[in-house]
Amino acid sequence: MPFLELANVAKSFGGPPVLDGVNLAIERGEFVAIVGYSGSGKTTLISLIAGLQQPDRGTVKLNDLEITAPGPDRGVVFQNYSLLPWLTVFENIALAVEQVFPNYAPEKKRQHVEKFIAMVNLTPARDKLPRQLSGGRQRVSVARALAMDPQILLLDEPLSALDALTRATLQDEIERIWEADQKTVVLITNDVDEALLLADRIVPLTLGPGATLGDSVAVTLARPRDRKALNHDPEFKRLRALVTNQLLGYGARRKATVTKSLTLPDILPEDLDLPRTTRRRPLRPHEIKREEITIGA
Amino acid sequence: MKKFKLDWLILPLVGLFIILSLWAVSSLTWAKDLPSPLKTWESSKPYILEPFAKRGEMDQGILRFTWYSLVLVAQGYALALLVAVPLGFFLGLSKTFTKMFDPLIQVFRPVFPLAWLPLGYVLFMGFGKETGTYAALFTIALCAMWPTVLNTAVGVRAVPQDYLNVGRVLKLSRWKTLTKILIPATLPYMFTGFRLSLGIAWLAIVAAEMLTGRPGAGGFLWQEYNANIYEHIIFSIITIGVIGFILDRLMSVLEARFKTA
Repeated sequence: MPFLELANVAKSFGGPPVLDGVNLAIERGEFVAIVGYSGSGKTTLISLIAGLQQPDRGTVKLNDLEITAPGPDRGVVFQNYSLLPWLTVFENIALAVEQVFPNYAPEKKRQHVEKFIAMVNLTPARDKLPRQLSGGRQRVSVARALAMDPQILLLDEPLSALDALTRATLQDEIERIWEADQKTVVLITNDVDEALLLADRIVPLTLGPGATLGDSVAVTLARPRDRKALNHDPEFKRLRALVTNQLLGYGARRKATVTKSLTLPDILPEDLDLPRTTRRRPLRPHEIKREEITIGA
Repeated sequence: MKKFKLDWLILPLVGLFIILSLWAVSSLTWAKDLPSPLKTWESSKPYILEPFAKRGEMDQGILRFTWYSLVLVAQGYALALLVAVPLGFFLGLSKTFTKMFDPLIQVFRPVFPLAWLPLGYVLFMGFGKETGTYAALFTIALCAMWPTVLNTAVGVRAVPQDYLNVGRVLKLSRWKTLTKILIPATLPYMFTGFRLSLGIAWLAIVAAEMLTGRPGAGGFLWQEYNANIYEHIIFSIITIGVIGFILDRLMSVLEARFKTA
């Protein structure tokens, strides 16, 4: 039986369904990357697994138990960090530890928090506020999620807001932490290279509305994966082409036409040759123009 | 305007000089009953030079009067905040509560401070000597409450969903969600409310003192008007303004400290 199972899940927010007919099975200890376009419903998918939202149809099960509410057994690293800005790095993580391990003695709590701060290399920034860190916020968020000792780690585009260098460093760090912890991880990303570098399996998400998961691609590259060596690896190139083409295929099928009504302003250029006193604001009835834009091939 | 050395000092002084001249000219020409600036100063000197003197119930040094007023404001203000903050939280958190009470709040909010005072008298009629004090407190609290109520409610509604999601993932209890997430996230809004509330409390105290005849900055103004000592009216107005200004500055400093959070 799979560790995490989504069966025929559908979710809408009033309008057309964002997700429809989503099926996914993840084994314990597996690192799965879900790759898709922006706006294809990736965050909705992770919210469903986290229990922050309930599916309209279908079930989400963890350990054969249906997920009905959020809980600390699923550590979420939100896309926008979601650190409490009035708490320091230490306090942010301590809040989580306090909640998950209420029976720890104060000294043990402190050690536990510090262990995870050290794990993400933030010990010097221990007493800083989130806004005083730039690339570090995401790491605090990861540390907080890991400190809860969750059964599964949900990463919602954790690195998409970072510059390329920080991104690479953190990718390596996530890989290192995963190697050490062997947690089940679901990573949501729009970066195929990132998915190939980190995941055991890549599941593409088709374009919404009514997005669903495509055929998954097993990443057979040997670990630990070295980003420099990977670039020349024929298997890496083949997989990247495969996933990219799959995603591009979804894109090709989408074609949208947007019609916009534009109201032109009801003014005319001023005639500067007229004497100043007689010059009046020239008016004309405003005009409505229609514009049509077609997106997609 | 070009900046020059000491412009922060000289420009306000120039402004002050212009107003003083207008005042002096007015008192000499068309408003003969208006005391001149110099006369006002002469007449107010004992109150300023001996700020804590107590010569009689309604004849005391200016800081002593101010102190009476401030004590009453502090009490009324504290009462206002005690009621306003929870009320603001309820309004921010519960749609039902908002629908129930928001129309009432919108109706009562614009009522002028003095309008509440007679009602206060009626309410606390049974308290004998203290009726005036309670009525004044009631008036201050009721008027000063609204900015804090509304700002707190707005602040609570504006708490980012992300922060609340953190609370949900961590399964924080209701109490912990309140103390660890809602209150810290709302504090900057609350302080804006606190500052506005204090301004109104200070407005209300003057009005309340004028009507109840209590000793204080506002009470002094009214009694000197009745005693035809017009110099002291101007003196009182200036005092009230200065104290109000100082209170507002103090609150802005506090507010700024919490803004950064």
